[in-house]
Amino acid sequence: MTKHNKINQDHRRFKQIVRGKIKQNLREYMTQGELTGKQGKKIVKIPIPRIDIPRFKYGSKESGGTGQGDGEVGDSMGGEGEEGQGGQGPAGNQEGEHSLEVDVSMEELAELMGEELELPRIEPRGTKRLETIREKYTGIRTIGPESLRHFKRTYKEALKRQISLDSYDPDNPIIIPIREDKRFRSYKETSLPQSNAVIIYMMDVSGSMGEEQKEIVRIESFWLDTWLQSQYKGLESRFIIHDASAREVDRETFFHTRESGGTMISSAYKLALNIIEEDYPLEDWNVYPFHFSDGDNWSSDDTTQCMSILRDGIIPRSNMFCYGQVESPYGSGQFIKDLREAFEGTEEVVLSEIKDRDAIYDSIKEFLGKGL
Amino acid sequence: MLPKHLRDIQEFIREVAIDYGLDFFETIFEVVDYRQINEIAAFGGFPTRYPHWRFGMEYEQLSKSAEYGLSKIYEMVINNDPSTAYLLEGNNLVDQKTVIAHVYAHVDFFKNNYWFSKTNRKMMDQMANHATKVRRYVDRKGIEIVEDYIDTCLSLENLIDFHSPFIERSAEQKNEPGVAKMDAKEYMEDFINPEDYLNRQKEKMLEQEAKSRRFPAEPARDIMQFLIHYAPLEDWESDILSMIRDEAYYFAPQRQTKIMNEGWASYWHEKMLTTKVLDLSEAIDFADIHSGVLATANGQLNPYKLGVELYQDIEDRWNKGKFGREWSECDSMDEREDWDKNLGLGRDKIFEVRKLYNDVSFIDEFLTPEFVRRAKMYTFGYNEKTSDWEIQSKEFKKIKEQMLNQLTNSGSPFIYVRDGNFRNRAELLLHHKFLGTQLDINYAKGVLKALHRVWKRPVNLETLIEDEGLLLSYDGKEYLEEKITYEAL
Repeated sequence: MTKHNKINQDHRRFKQIVRGKIKQNLREYMTQGELTGKQGKKIVKIPIPRIDIPRFKYGSKESGGTGQGDGEVGDSMGGEGEEGQGGQGPAGNQEGEHSLEVDVSMEELAELMGEELELPRIEPRGTKRLETIREKYTGIRTIGPESLRHFKRTYKEALKRQISLDSYDPDNPIIIPIREDKRFRSYKETSLPQSNAVIIYMMDVSGSMGEEQKEIVRIESFWLDTWLQSQYKGLESRFIIHDASAREVDRETFFHTRESGGTMISSAYKLALNIIEEDYPLEDWNVYPFHFSDGDNWSSDDTTQCMSILRDGIIPRSNMFCYGQVESPYGSGQFIKDLREAFEGTEEVVLSEIKDRDAIYDSIKEFLGKGL
Repeated sequence: MLPKHLRDIQEFIREVAIDYGLDFFETIFEVVDYRQINEIAAFGGFPTRYPHWRFGMEYEQLSKSAEYGLSKIYEMVINNDPSTAYLLEGNNLVDQKTVIAHVYAHVDFFKNNYWFSKTNRKMMDQMANHATKVRRYVDRKGIEIVEDYIDTCLSLENLIDFHSPFIERSAEQKNEPGVAKMDAKEYMEDFINPEDYLNRQKEKMLEQEAKSRRFPAEPARDIMQFLIHYAPLEDWESDILSMIRDEAYYFAPQRQTKIMNEGWASYWHEKMLTTKVLDLSEAIDFADIHSGVLATANGQLNPYKLGVELYQDIEDRWNKGKFGREWSECDSMDEREDWDKNLGLGRDKIFEVRKLYNDVSFIDEFLTPEFVRRAKMYTFGYNEKTSDWEIQSKEFKKIKEQMLNQLTNSGSPFIYVRDGNFRNRAELLLHHKFLGTQLDINYAKGVLKALHRVWKRPVNLETLIEDEGLLLSYDGKEYLEEKITYEAL
């Protein structure tokens, strides 16, 4: 009889190779954004580029094949040939060129990402390391209310006492607990370290932010989510869009809204500050505001206002503040310069210019590289 | 060891199979759970193989698709004496009966089909030996190095000559120096040994000599063998290459007889179950299983179905005498329709067929226009204009041609070593024998890389792409593509 662990070594090797492939191609996955759509149940499906062994073979579209069934000449085979049905049909193109799709858990992906991007693990801030107290009924004690009496343990004690006093008769097993036998459930207080985090995504949806710019934000936010999720027990996301005014929306709307009009960045910062103050008290939460814009603000007055909200409101309440400037053909790109000027040397402020999809990789590295 | 109720069934089916004339190796059945069956299937049917990641990949895919209920492995049987077969624990009794009957027919095929006659019947042991040896190399060299080298060898796995186990070479004939003359009296000399004849002989001889200076003397099909002999390999490398070659030859007949083998097994499980084995109450369940085995998906050919139907067609034709000159010269549709000479030769004929044929000769000989029409067969191909796969033809000639093309050389291209001292610089020159279909160039490049790893000097491949000769070279660093005139062998 075979033991079913012989395959384990091979299986492990295969997984190692897959991990290697994913790491190798991480930059590519990060710019494609294909993973984003397939997210669900904490598992992503990752298409691995060819992991088969090359052999001399005919080009698949050259050779065609033979089949069987209803249909007339010229009829479509309906997607045939793309994924060969395993073992069906004679040799030929049926083997198909299935690119391998592997399931990777979000944790694993974050781990790979951390290794490849050399991201430091995040130490939740000292003041925010709140311990929550939870009561768990795990213990037993000799006093307590009747409602918590542990029936079995009580009778066990009574039995032990009766046996030791020789008052137990196996043929007539009557057990009568007395007060000393009674045992009660008791709770123990356990403190759980709590490290919750919230990401507040803000995005400029003014006319100058096109589809491509939004796609970049979408891809980038997926990877930010993935990483921060691996670092914190609970991760919440809030979404704010703004043009001349700001409003909070859900994820779906966030990525698919097309607004137009001017840009008042301060409106978003005000709303973000409101949210933080109301829902995320400093002691309990690690706060990560991310703002994406093409850097074209309405007026310099508004910019001045932004700086003061950041300096006095948002930054003191956050782990860090990240600003990603997506290049757009219409934007002036002034805002990042203003920020740079205002927060030169402030560690908690991370600025990144994202020229195109290829820059996503580096910008994530910039955002998360500090381990704040 | 099988539990009692299965053992009784096995014993019973064995008797039935013998009554029907099947002749098989002793077959040992084992009941395994789904994880074990996935593992064994990943190992190509064997309990142990050398360590390699691709078995892990197979396993991952098998377990996944079993988990999602996409596929389930019903039966697995090894060509070995004694043969070993596996039953999946938890299958219902009708399943098990079907599998047992199916397996006995497979083992009969292994034992009697000519193409299997040269396979190693102690392959279980040899596979285990290979595993032990490779593990030892892994201990010495490290898994990375050994596995990498195995990848290399597997790239060359299909570069063998399916026919070579059957070629019996007599001792090398050495040509006597000089042209042999007949004895003749001097005055007869010019008549018995005419001068131009002598000259012709001489030319022939010189040609022979030139040939024998070539290396290899004849283009070599068994490239793996060629490499084992002539490539500068370390001992462990040539050992592993030999193992992979042995395994390739062992598996080759199974690829050559897929349709015949599965058809034979399906023919017999149906015959045995419906006539002698099934309990009436199981008829519906069996019908369900059997139709599953013979189902076609997305218009693809199912070798089980095609095989069974061809055997049944042959049996019917030989029972009714629908063969031979009289039959083939008969033009009357009505007559052909009602043709029955009551010969009753069908059963004998299919036993003969299972003994002598492989898929290529099977299709070549027994695929008939009537069969193709009845089975609604067609050819399909890729239409560049619509970017879609389309049905292209329902013509018998085209269908047969297409099938034979796919089956010949088990669907692999014909590749030869043409010159082992190419450019007089010990480079390797391979030749692709062009039969109408282009090579996949990206894959070809991958193989050249692997070849270079073994040969250690630049490697070259001549082939035809878009009707132009192409010499693809790899020197260990980069690929070169050069236009050449393609000379067929």
